Amino acid sequence: MNLPQLKFNKRATASEIIFNFFASIGGLTIFVLEFFKQVFIPPYEISEIKKHMDELGVKTFPIVSVTGLIIGLVLALQSWPVLARFGATDFLPAMVSLSVVRELGPVITALIFAGRVSSGIGAELGSMRVTEQIDAMEVSAINPFKYLVVTRVIATTMILPVLTIYVVFIAIIGGYIAVIIAESMSFTYYQNAVINAIEFGDFIPGIAKTFVFGFIVGIVGAFKGFTAEGGTEGVGRASTTAVVMASLLILIFDMILVKITMWLWPTLS
Amino acid sequence: MADSKLIRIENLTKRFGDLIVLDDISMHVDYGENFVVFGQSGTGKSVLLKCIIGLMKPEAGIILIKDKNVIELKKKELNKIRKNVGFLFQGAALYDSMTVRENLEFPLKKNFDFTQKEIDEKVITALKHVSLEEAIDKMPSELSGGMKKRIGLARSIITEPELMLYDEPTTGLDPITSKEISELILNLQKSLNMTSIVVTHDLICANIIADRAIFLRDSKISYEGSIEELVKSEDKFLRNFFSTEIIKE
Repeated sequence: MNLPQLKFNKRATASEIIFNFFASIGGLTIFVLEFFKQVFIPPYEISEIKKHMDELGVKTFPIVSVTGLIIGLVLALQSWPVLARFGATDFLPAMVSLSVVRELGPVITALIFAGRVSSGIGAELGSMRVTEQIDAMEVSAINPFKYLVVTRVIATTMILPVLTIYVVFIAIIGGYIAVIIAESMSFTYYQNAVINAIEFGDFIPGIAKTFVFGFIVGIVGAFKGFTAEGGTEGVGRASTTAVVMASLLILIFDMILVKITMWLWPTLS
Repeated sequence: MADSKLIRIENLTKRFGDLIVLDDISMHVDYGENFVVFGQSGTGKSVLLKCIIGLMKPEAGIILIKDKNVIELKKKELNKIRKNVGFLFQGAALYDSMTVRENLEFPLKKNFDFTQKEIDEKVITALKHVSLEEAIDKMPSELSGGMKKRIGLARSIITEPELMLYDEPTTGLDPITSKEISELILNLQKSLNMTSIVVTHDLICANIIADRAIFLRDSKISYEGSIEELVKSEDKFLRNFFSTEIIKE
């Protein structure tokens, strides 16, 4: 796999910055194509995938739990006065649940996941690259791309939808906590209002796009780490640029996927 | 008559951008030989090793291992050769998320069909070779520099390769550990009947190990022959290069 070489310079010229931008995009495209070339070739390294799902996914549960709870709470607390002005507080459960299911849940979970996991993969693989561990794997006739990259990307792609469903649930609970702080509303009423508000069509696009976000988080982290160079400085650069690139791509792809969703399910808009 | 050369390199040229690191290098390594590559830092010694194992692609020339040109081989064919080659990296390159046992098991589990019992036996034997059986369940972060080199060596020889490549095996070690590692390399070469290429600028190490040596200077081979002749060379640069070691002697 021949990737374009970036030019690292502390006082980079405008042309170098533009060159590096396009070289990164080109490199990432080649990396993605290599992933799809290798993902179907055995061995499938199932135990490695499970290990990464545990390390990258399960250990993210505490931070996304707090995030989910706060999203629901803040969203409900902020919306309450506005809705109360129009006498529409009954719509609060529907508003919270729809916002969280369609947009906030998937995007915020993906951004939190990118912050934790993309940088982690970037730093881990970057460190393996600069200490020649990846070369050691290659000279032992082991395919490092398959073993290190493919397994991690599959793990992040599979685990992010699970995390998102969990965050959505927690955020709706957070919304209820805000509601009972502001006004007495029975849990049964809140629950029924949420269930009535969400349709199957709301849920599927929101969750479907998290597979794309999970893939972005994994592939960008792996790309930055796998191609790191320049010692410990390179590892740091791989870690930070992984988060920036993954977050940007998540937001760009969110916009594209929302447009596609509206085109496929016009009733949602 | 069978060819006595395990490796034959002809007109090898490697450059990074405008910088020529190896310029038209030709050399060979015989079966069972301990071949030392000398040179100042940055003269392309490690690059030469990486070209031999296919980690770097040269711009010109051929590298034949058992008459197969590694430069032109496809990944699958190259991996067949790599299974028969051990590589000790400068920093040992132990997988830091794995214990010593897992590090040693890794190439065996991935490339061969050994039973767990056979793998366990091979791990113990390899650790006995480097006298570090007690480190079996330690993490690489718990090992000293010398221990890491030994474990790296154990991982490289566990598949009983025909060819071993050493990238500065004694760099960063104290003189006593350095001598121990050098003697260990020589003993392993004798007991496992391996061919070795050792990249170093440590004369003590080379004195213990080398059957034959080359000296890389200005991207070319400036000397080829025995270590004794090398240190006695009348060449001013070579005399300066080895002067510190000569004083120590």
